[in-house]
Amino acid sequence: MTRLQEIRELTRVRVLLFFREPEAIFWVFVFPIVLAAVLGFAFRSGGIEPSTVAVVQGEGLARLTEAFEQDEYLEVEIFEVREEAFDKLRKAAVDLVIEPGDPPRVSFDPDRSEAATARLRVERALMPAADGATEPLVQLEPVTETGSRYIDFLFPGLLGMNLMGTGMWGVGFAIADVRRRKFLRRLMVTPMRRSSFFISFIMSRLVFLVLEIVVLAGFGRWILGVPFRGDVISFMIVCVLGGVTFAGLGILVASRVRTIEGVSGLMNLVMMPMWLASGVFFSYEKFPDVLHPVLRLLPLTALNDSLRAVMIDGDSILQHGSEFAVLACWCAVTFLVALKIFRWE
Amino acid sequence: MRGLVKRYGDLVAVDGIDFEVRPGACLGVLGPNGAGKTTTIEILEGLKPPDGGSVEVLGRSWNESPREIQERIGVQLQETEFQDKLTVFELLRMFRSFYLHGSDIESVVRTIGLQEKRNARVKTLSGGQKQRLSIGCALLNEPEILFLDEPTSGLDPQARRRLWEVVESFKSGGGTVVLTTHYMEEAERLADDLIILDHGRVIARGSPSAIVASLGAESVVRFALAGTDIHELAEDELNALQGVRSMRYEGATISLSVVDTPGVIAGLFDLIERRGLVLEDLHTHRATLEDVFVSLTGKQLRDD
Repeated sequence: MTRLQEIRELTRVRVLLFFREPEAIFWVFVFPIVLAAVLGFAFRSGGIEPSTVAVVQGEGLARLTEAFEQDEYLEVEIFEVREEAFDKLRKAAVDLVIEPGDPPRVSFDPDRSEAATARLRVERALMPAADGATEPLVQLEPVTETGSRYIDFLFPGLLGMNLMGTGMWGVGFAIADVRRRKFLRRLMVTPMRRSSFFISFIMSRLVFLVLEIVVLAGFGRWILGVPFRGDVISFMIVCVLGGVTFAGLGILVASRVRTIEGVSGLMNLVMMPMWLASGVFFSYEKFPDVLHPVLRLLPLTALNDSLRAVMIDGDSILQHGSEFAVLACWCAVTFLVALKIFRWE
Repeated sequence: MRGLVKRYGDLVAVDGIDFEVRPGACLGVLGPNGAGKTTTIEILEGLKPPDGGSVEVLGRSWNESPREIQERIGVQLQETEFQDKLTVFELLRMFRSFYLHGSDIESVVRTIGLQEKRNARVKTLSGGQKQRLSIGCALLNEPEILFLDEPTSGLDPQARRRLWEVVESFKSGGGTVVLTTHYMEEAERLADDLIILDHGRVIARGSPSAIVASLGAESVVRFALAGTDIHELAEDELNALQGVRSMRYEGATISLSVVDTPGVIAGLFDLIERRGLVLEDLHTHRATLEDVFVSLTGKQLRDD
């Protein structure tokens, strides 16, 4: 048979095996959707929490409650007994306790950000009464456009993380499995070309990649309302390059490991730093400036940055040559090293 | 193969083996576990390079034309585990794609007798069926030589016979077979020529009947003595009996290689009576490869 048929049959077997593994379907398709949905809900925008303020009975109570009613973000609870109000404060059921007087006395936990917000709201509510200033000090421009919400930041990161996870697990696990079964040795005594074996992994990855991207991007676009501003070609180029690069990293990780446990450990070792430092859940800009150039050299950082640039900023991949180059280098180097050190026996 | 040597660190697994396989014949490589059978056959299959000596398969060497050899041989390895979730047909179709020339997949399914399991997943197959599938994968390219490494290890007798039939049908089509085994019965049934290995060396070679004949005895007589140490009977006394070719102490029994079994037994009864001993547990059987092996190495072929 021809070379092409050999690759086609090997690829077909890989695809069949994948679809007969229910766990794999879950991790590739269901898990990222659930994660995006949960995180998107937890960090949804527009949900500003009001502050709850406990006011203790006393002279001047009316003046305080009147001032607080002006602010829609202040909710007032009135307590007749001072201790009850402080008991609520200790349980964080209220954000601060205010006792009427001149000036009114505010008790709060300065380490809680909700308490600090409540304090500022209380001060602002009482300010006009204090000095009569009504002129705003700053001009406010509320930003509500899509593309700046947390989910818009998060989604391309999740997509990148998923491409990394499925690429590495999908390929690395499968290789460790055929080696453990001594099936790799059986292939070695046939005239199968070794390159066909690797190409079949890449080809099967591309099949899943298209499905994965369609399902996830569809969910992001139509359910979460994440914008897709860039061109489809750039988006697909980034996804394919990312997918192939991580498939190569999967081959590399599995190139010498004999057991499933060994490959799992090595996978986590490689992926864990990137989950944290490549800007999946939060921007890597939060790390010290000196680290940024190093973090940008990680393959997942380059993938996430490219995905965000294409999806959110609407850029073409041509404008992001450096990220593209980083991914392409990883891709080339991992394949070369993997082929060099791969243990067939 | 000539002067084959393979070392693992200090351990010499194969120590200067030469043999030749006649086209169309079945060569059985017999020996206990650890004798170097698998190492020898894996060198022939091109899986391991030898540390010394030369190997030619179908007139080619592994260094010069590996693909050409691979196209023309079929291999069944020990302990290959196929993917449970593939079907018989899917697995055969994948193996078929590696070869330029070969047979129709359906005809291989028939040869190995898995028509009814054609679309069943590998995990639903019995041990014998899996092993026949393994041979099926080795037959897809219509090989000139079939290498089988302990093909019936761990199978029940019926499954073993089913597999032998597959090998015999390959032989009857003119195919050459190289087979390792530690089952005597298998070697006697399938092999035209035998080599017996121990500690990486050939300790006997020839056709199964010639090897048995080399023992110089037709039968083996084995017995024990009741309530007495078997060494009561001295080697000389026994060897002096008419018809005894050789004798050995084996644990609590004595084993005699003999011609003329009735004469030896009569002589033995006489001797024991004269010495006032009591015979226990006497039995005799026709000499087998097992007896040759035991007499050559002092070991049983199998532990089980």
